[in-house]
Amino acid sequence: MEKSKLFTLNEDRSLYPEHDENGKPIVDLSSHKFLKIWQGPQHPGVTGNMSLELTVSGDEIVESKTHVGYLHRGFEKLMERRKYIQCFPTCIRMCVAEPDPNEYVLSNAIEELSGIEVPEMAKWLRTLVLEMARLQVLLRGVPGQAGTFALGLGYQWGNYLRDLILDSFEELTGGRVYHMYILPGGVRGLLPDGFKKRMEDKLKLIDEFMIKIDKLIFQNVVFESRARGLGYIPKEWVDVYGVYGPAARAAGVMRDVRKTNPYLKYSELDFEPYTTTDSDVFARTEVRYNDLKMTVDLIRQIMAKMPEKGDIKAETPNVMHWKIPKGETYSKCESSRGEYGMYMVSDGSDKPRRVNLKGPSYTHANALLDRLLINANIADTAAIMVSLATCPPEIER
Amino acid sequence: MQDTIKNLTERFGASNMIEKKPGLIFITIEQSKAISAVTYLRDIEGYTVLTLLTAVDWIEDNVFQLTYLLNNPEQITEIGLRVMIDREKAEMESAHHLWPNVEVYQRELKEMYGINFPGSPRIDENFILEGWNDKPPYRRDFDTKEYAENNFFPRPGRKTNDPAEYMKQKMYPNNPSDYTNKKYNPNR
Repeated sequence: MEKSKLFTLNEDRSLYPEHDENGKPIVDLSSHKFLKIWQGPQHPGVTGNMSLELTVSGDEIVESKTHVGYLHRGFEKLMERRKYIQCFPTCIRMCVAEPDPNEYVLSNAIEELSGIEVPEMAKWLRTLVLEMARLQVLLRGVPGQAGTFALGLGYQWGNYLRDLILDSFEELTGGRVYHMYILPGGVRGLLPDGFKKRMEDKLKLIDEFMIKIDKLIFQNVVFESRARGLGYIPKEWVDVYGVYGPAARAAGVMRDVRKTNPYLKYSELDFEPYTTTDSDVFARTEVRYNDLKMTVDLIRQIMAKMPEKGDIKAETPNVMHWKIPKGETYSKCESSRGEYGMYMVSDGSDKPRRVNLKGPSYTHANALLDRLLINANIADTAAIMVSLATCPPEIER
Repeated sequence: MQDTIKNLTERFGASNMIEKKPGLIFITIEQSKAISAVTYLRDIEGYTVLTLLTAVDWIEDNVFQLTYLLNNPEQITEIGLRVMIDREKAEMESAHHLWPNVEVYQRELKEMYGINFPGSPRIDENFILEGWNDKPPYRRDFDTKEYAENNFFPRPGRKTNDPAEYMKQKMYPNNPSDYTNKKYNPNR
């Protein structure tokens, strides 16, 4: 079967709306040429609750508007009324799938404002935890991309392996999903006995999984036919639309905070983030697949290089009476979706004056997604959304 | 970066510069020159990425601080432009023509802080809140606790019991004083 025959765009452009002087389509619903449909808030993208207001002509999208607000809990406001240490249980819930970058950016912002230096051992453990967090997200995220084309098997396999990594988190921190392991000044504990050995056994299983996933997804004609050429992001859009992480690297632009602004122990690790230039859904999946491979390698490197013992926490004042000096800072790290940052302002009291969390979904799911969905097929909406790794709680916080 | 700061100071009267860490500075710009300074940084100095746009409520000084955090991916540096605007007349020039995402930030700021950006697309549409008639909720003088108490409590059907009293009544429904007399009382 020729690839082009699978899905073709209608050549007759007279069916499509004209555009006004601002480039916006003039949609006259009474002409019966167009239909408005809502995709979401429950939808086939595995990303959380978010709606897309789609204007379609046939099954082709002519206009899309993102609507968020289904998960707003006012976290930033709540944190303004809490002591710094009490912000942690709130902060980690900003992204359910990957809570550890939240812990890190919050701790790091507090440390930057109060001038605390974190011990070496704690830096290694933080690096390990952040990579484990990335691993568990990608184990579900990479096969999840195929899931949007109804290839659900890999997703089940990935979920099983993700559970094994959550077991490791439970062993290390006591929590499976929310860990609160990274705290201002350091971390909560050392690795349990035999942790490295058990982790290595799990990484071997993941190595086998990677070979299967390659066959299941990348050698699959349905996936390839549908993902190639879909949701193309030109290189020039990366800065304009604020594209980060794997989506930017798939467009040939190196965006990885671990490389550009090395933090924790990343400067001592040997890695090179994968980049490609096709910039479609297939390329973005490929980049995340290679990220997953790189993460497995990084965890092995970290476990080999980290010391066995050492200080895990710098001395800090009593957390219930800790006043942070007046100032402001922006602390960031690389999450599985791209740059994840926190802007924190302190007024010298024991509660933050302002905390603003900026995740890549804020830009990916709004202006960029609205633009990418134009001329896409309704059935491909979920695939484009998942390829940008949108996480709605991060947009509305 | 030093040249950029010098240019910002000379051309736009920037002041109060603080270098928080290598590659991250915060600097204050007057409201009337702010969008020109942002445009200058984007077009001339290579700060092509808008990392975030947000507000801080300094209610005691009666001002809002808008922060435009710009990133230069070539030099790997970031500049946070602080713009102080009057809290009573919370209005700022729109920057939606510079980046397509700015419109979303501005919609959020309008909704959460009541800061208006005249001319910004869809500025009056709801972003997160639907049918909100109260004070913009992220302002410091909006009390979340009071709002919740007024709107959500007390809920009908919900009551609180003292655990000890509740158990006594459940275990000795006829004569609660048995609890203190019988052998079940460990402190008798």
